[in-house]
Amino acid sequence: MIKKVVSNVSEALEGVQDGMTFMLGGFGLCGIPENAITELVRLGIKDITCISNNAGVDDFGLGLLLQKHQIKKMISSYVGENDEFERQMLSGELEVELTPQGTLAEKCRAAQAGFPAFYTPAGFGTEVAEGKETREFDGKMYVLEPAFKADYSFVKAWKGDEAGNLIFKGTARNFNPCMCGAAAITVAEVEELVPAGTLNPNKIHIPGIFVQRIFQGEKYEKRIEQRTVRERMD
Amino acid sequence: MLDKNGIAKRIAQEVQDGYYVNLGIGIPTLVANFVRDDISVEFQSENGVLGMGPFPFEGEEDADIINAGKQTITTLPGASFFDSATSFSMIRGKHVDLTILGAMEVADNGDIANWKIPGKMVKGMGGAMDLVASAENIIVAMMHTNRAGHSKLLKKCSLPLTGVGCVKKIVTNLAVLEVTNEGFKLLERAPGVSVEEIKNATEGNLLIEGNVPEMLI
Repeated sequence: MIKKVVSNVSEALEGVQDGMTFMLGGFGLCGIPENAITELVRLGIKDITCISNNAGVDDFGLGLLLQKHQIKKMISSYVGENDEFERQMLSGELEVELTPQGTLAEKCRAAQAGFPAFYTPAGFGTEVAEGKETREFDGKMYVLEPAFKADYSFVKAWKGDEAGNLIFKGTARNFNPCMCGAAAITVAEVEELVPAGTLNPNKIHIPGIFVQRIFQGEKYEKRIEQRTVRERMD
Repeated sequence: MLDKNGIAKRIAQEVQDGYYVNLGIGIPTLVANFVRDDISVEFQSENGVLGMGPFPFEGEEDADIINAGKQTITTLPGASFFDSATSFSMIRGKHVDLTILGAMEVADNGDIANWKIPGKMVKGMGGAMDLVASAENIIVAMMHTNRAGHSKLLKKCSLPLTGVGCVKKIVTNLAVLEVTNEGFKLLERAPGVSVEEIKNATEGNLLIEGNVPEMLI
C-alpha cells in the first residue's frame, strides 16, 4: 500500500510556500479543515490565494488568516459574515474574485477530472461573464469557465483510512470531495483515521487515489454559525 | 396587503405534489411552513441536502447538518447528502422543479438583481446565479417597494444583474404578477389592495386585463 499517513499537521503541510494557491473545503464553518488553517496561521506564509466557498468569520476559519494579512486573493461565492474581510476588500488590500457557487464547485471538479474548461449558463449577461468567451447551444447562451489550478487542496472528512479513502458526514461534505485531487497535492484531515480494510469499500465517498497525505486532526471545534432550534411541544 | 408570512403562504399554493423545491434565504424559507401537508414535496438546500426537515429541538443540533443559510436543520426520512458539484448538477441540470428566491429588483423582461449594491453591499452571489440561469420555474418573493418607497418592479434593473430574462412569476405584498413578453401581467391583488395602488407602486410596464381577482389565502 502506498504510504499516505503523516503523523501530524506540520508534516502534512510540508512544502507550502508564500504565493501559493490553496483550495479549502467547507461551506460556512461546516466541514472546514480546521487543523490545516491553524497550521497555515502558525507558519505565517503570505500572499496566498485561497479558493473557498466562504471566507470564515472574524475569529474562526479563514478569518484567522485574514486577521494576519496572509491572504492576497480570495476566490469565493459568498463572503457575507466577516467584517475584517469587508474592510480589507473595500480598502483594496485584498483581491476578491466572486464566482457563482455552482461554477466554483465545477471549476474544482473540472480540475479533478482533467477538463481544462466547461460551459455554464450561470452568470451569462452579468458582470461575471465580462471578458469571457460565450457560446450558444440549442438557443441558450453559456459562459466558458476554466478549471482551477492550485498547489494544495486542504479537505476535511469524517473518517479516513491509511489508503486515503474518505467518508464525509452530513452537509460537512460540501466542497470537500470536489477539491480532492483538484490540486497538485491533496491533504486530508479526518476525525477518525482507521487501518486499511476497516471501511466498507461500498461506502467510500472519495477513493484514496485523489488523496496524497492523510492525518487524524485534533480538537475539532465545529463552530455553529446560526444555531437555530424549534420549541418542544409538550 | 400581505406581510412576509402572507407572501410565503400565497407562494406555497404554487408548490405541487412531487416537486423538488429550492428555497432561498429570507421570505422563501418561510414557504416551507405553509405547504399543504397532504402533498409530498422535498426541499433541496444547495450546500448539499435533499429532504430537509424542520429545525432541531434544543440540544439536538448537529454542526455537520446545516442549510444554505448556515442554520442547523434536521432531515426527513428519504433524505440524502451530496457534494457541491452534485448539488449544482441537480440545479443546472433542471432536476429541481421550483426555485423560490428573493430579489432587490426585477425588470419587466424577467431580469433579476439580488446580489450586489456597488460600494455598499458586496457579499457575493452564492448559488443565486446558477439557480436563476437554469431553473425553468422561478418565483420571486419580495416586497413591492423598497424601504425608500421606490418600486422594485422596474423597466430596467439599476443594480448589477444576477440573471437575464429568467423570472416567470413574482409574489409581493401587493400582488401576484407574471412576466410576459409585454411586461408584468397582473394576475391577482392582495386582500384589500386596489389595482390603482399596484399601478402606482409598479415602475415597469404593467398589463391589466379585465377584472383582476383578489387572492385567496
